[in-house]
Amino acid sequence: MSYKTDYQNVEGLGSAGEGVQHFWIQRLTAIALVPLAILFVIPFGQALGGGYEALIATYGQFGHAVTAMLFIAVACWHFTIGLQAVIEDYTAGFTRLVWLIASKLFGAVLGVSGVVAIATILFRA
Amino acid sequence: MVQLTLPKNSKIRTGKTWPKPAGATKLRTFRIYRWSPDDGENPRVDTYFVDMDSCGPMVLDALIKIKNEIDPTLTFRRSCREGICGSCAMNIDGRNTLACIFGMDEVKGDVKIYPLPHMPVVKDLIPDLTHFYAQHESIMPWLETKTNTPAKEWKQSIEDRSKLDGLYECVMCACCSTSCPSYWWNGDRYLGPAALLHAYRWIIDSRDEITGQRLDELHDPFKLYRCHTIMNCTSTCPKGLNPAKAIAEIKKMMVERVV
Repeated sequence: MSYKTDYQNVEGLGSAGEGVQHFWIQRLTAIALVPLAILFVIPFGQALGGGYEALIATYGQFGHAVTAMLFIAVACWHFTIGLQAVIEDYTAGFTRLVWLIASKLFGAVLGVSGVVAIATILFRA
Repeated sequence: MVQLTLPKNSKIRTGKTWPKPAGATKLRTFRIYRWSPDDGENPRVDTYFVDMDSCGPMVLDALIKIKNEIDPTLTFRRSCREGICGSCAMNIDGRNTLACIFGMDEVKGDVKIYPLPHMPVVKDLIPDLTHFYAQHESIMPWLETKTNTPAKEWKQSIEDRSKLDGLYECVMCACCSTSCPSYWWNGDRYLGPAALLHAYRWIIDSRDEITGQRLDELHDPFKLYRCHTIMNCTSTCPKGLNPAKAIAEIKKMMVERVV
């Protein structure tokens, strides 16, 4: 039984003072991904036909490696904050908390793994 | 939180089919949601037949005719019957609108009438809007000033006044908020298009002196940022307003404060 007023229910714990950074970064990363995706896909597609050796040779080049690392990092960042919005929309309570932590962890592991893999190729070459 | 199926006690059953009026030649079928808190029954959809030769052109005309001549227990809100009070908001033919300004000629086949979606029902076509009104109250829908009140009135230029056009006309019928999936899933924390349109109406009022405070109040992942520009609000607004644009303007102002 709760005697909270309707206004108290709406007010809750007040405003979090957060949200604009998430909104702004989501749009910035989306725009950044347009050129980065193009610059990543073209050499990746070309190298893919040439097998393992061609991929190692491509990402042994500084320009291609940096583009690929940037693409992976920004894509994972964009993916993680996008997924956060979906989780906040469709889950609640403890489930929301678990999914939020899991998605951040997944995004971080994916991003760091991709960047480290490309960096390894670059510095080995 | 998202709910894709109705709870057991909200599943809609087929209801009563009321007799056709004697001697009528131009009949129209109405399928109307019925639920009473008093009988413990599940909601049902009753079927009514209305003689269009003796009925006005709007859906509200037919509802009033049904209540007067067929079934006096049918319950719905109505007042001005000209789109000003916002009382008769309901879901007609799958669209949230005002029954008083929605013509029956806009509906093909049977006219299906339900209460506004995803709201607790008080009875039949009447939704419980107490939370919705409390949300409106929370955005402080009044002029707030710090400067001493002038002897006459707070002046406003014609240009500044014109910025309120497309905003002040909102009649708080709740059609927009109850058409928004984000409001369905997170209506406890998301303020919804109606409250946010009103918030923007006061944010851009040149006479208001707490713009920053108003933005601070909205700076929240749930109060404001549950809007994903789905645009159901704009497409359904019976007054032809654009709450989605108002929300986008608030988001732009939020970015202006940090960039």
